[in-house]
Amino acid sequence: MISTIDATLRELTPLIIGTVTRRYGDFSGAEDAVQEALIAAATQWPHSGVPDNPRVWLTQVALRRMVDRIRSDSARRAREAHAADAWVRDRTTDDAEPQSEEDDTLTLFFMCCHPALTTASSIALTLRAVGGLTTGEIAAAFFVPEATMAQRISRAKQTIRSSGAQFALPKADERTSRLPAVLHVLCLIFNEGYASSAGQSLQRLDLSSEAIRLARMLRALQPDDGEAAGLLALMLLTDARRPARIGSIGELIPLGEQDRSLWIEAEISEGIALLSNVLPAGKVGPYQLQAAIAAVHDEARSAEKTDWAQILALYDLLQEVSDNPMITLSRAVADAMVHGPERALQRVETLTSDPRLGKHHRVDAVRAHLLELSGRTQAAAEHFRSAAKKTNSVPERNYLLTKAARLSDGTTCS
Amino acid sequence: MKYILMMLGTKAGFESYLQWSKEDLERNITFMRDLAAALRNEGVLVSTEGLAFPNEAKVVRAGPDGVPITDGVFPESKEFLAGYWIVDVDSDEDAYRIAARISAAPAGGGLKGSMPIEVRRIMSGAEEFSSE
Repeated sequence: MISTIDATLRELTPLIIGTVTRRYGDFSGAEDAVQEALIAAATQWPHSGVPDNPRVWLTQVALRRMVDRIRSDSARRAREAHAADAWVRDRTTDDAEPQSEEDDTLTLFFMCCHPALTTASSIALTLRAVGGLTTGEIAAAFFVPEATMAQRISRAKQTIRSSGAQFALPKADERTSRLPAVLHVLCLIFNEGYASSAGQSLQRLDLSSEAIRLARMLRALQPDDGEAAGLLALMLLTDARRPARIGSIGELIPLGEQDRSLWIEAEISEGIALLSNVLPAGKVGPYQLQAAIAAVHDEARSAEKTDWAQILALYDLLQEVSDNPMITLSRAVADAMVHGPERALQRVETLTSDPRLGKHHRVDAVRAHLLELSGRTQAAAEHFRSAAKKTNSVPERNYLLTKAARLSDGTTCS
Repeated sequence: MKYILMMLGTKAGFESYLQWSKEDLERNITFMRDLAAALRNEGVLVSTEGLAFPNEAKVVRAGPDGVPITDGVFPESKEFLAGYWIVDVDSDEDAYRIAARISAAPAGGGLKGSMPIEVRRIMSGAEEFSSE
């Protein structure tokens, strides 16, 4: 659990970055100054107590650091001239289009997920500037030295600066076109946290909860966007199964074999409520559909009671909005559950030649699963083994190998 | 994603390194130091280490009572690890590009290098959904 102080600091971070950036017109410098203010607060507040107005305190400290920076900078004159220019420019834009605090946070989301950045840099910068995490926390979460993470963040800011991006909310149509990139970054943060919850590193900051918190913020800032809600729902409906997905030897437990009594009820109902709000609203995107599929699984009291026909129908819709062979692969499993494995197996065979899937282990894993359903245990075991050879995930490899071993044992013993 | 990039060499390779000229050695050492600094600066370096010469390398096995049994006899063709870099990058291609930079480390005789660099992915946890 994060402490109250941490929670306060994280909530205030994007707001203060917004204030300082608009005052000096220098996002990169403002972001550093706020990071220093956060570290000062995290060390002082536990002793001195939380100030009456934490926001004013942080803003003042950050502004002071910003002034120190400008003064101590050897290229001070250039900076000041730049700041003055920016100040004038910002006044002008401010008059034309006043920016609220909410806009500042949303602006930061778009800035951190700027198309010129690599995904790894976007992730790091989003966690720091919007999430209010320290460089040390982010570095530890990704098992990377702090110096490397600091460089990654500072280079990301350089890239943004040289791209000429302004600290201003993109126009509505640009927001629509760039939102998928923001959602993608949040999705990757969630995945990273989910991947690490395999028990190897218990003290690691919980990136999945952080991703859910960020997705909640984004959802509140873009209330009319069905996909922002869809992503939040997808995260909640997936996270709900977290307590049941890893077995005693660190092997992944597939959905069908999980102990459903361990699932987190509150997350399931929140996810379903979110979906019920947005699905009728019209345009349905891939995150909403994936969330709807997750919801159908989560609503089934047992694996046998899963409504596969509905899942198959949802995969058909998903295929229409998203051209991703991974979806075809998952659809094949649903198809097999409704119509039996034969046709699905043929479909998967054709996928093996799709260059986008390459040598992805899931093709073998799904094939193995379908072969097992059709009673061809020996062939299934072989494919489980080739999937194990290709996967990059420890829990998944453990699962695939034990699965293959169980099938082989079964055939030799009977 | 994390990758380990391993520089491998045979015993003969290590021996020839001992015979390099001062200039060759300096070029190589400077190159390696600058490369590590550059990778750190690019925000991708997780760690890097160089290994001691393999002349004292041992293979150790647990004996009957857990007592170590050591063996230091290797075939001439065996490849030894000379050093490694662990990097955190977005794709296989990014890792290959860095491996090629390492491979180009200056060789002896003033020549441009082309050392073999073995690239392997480091295992991670289990992701739940693909987000492509």
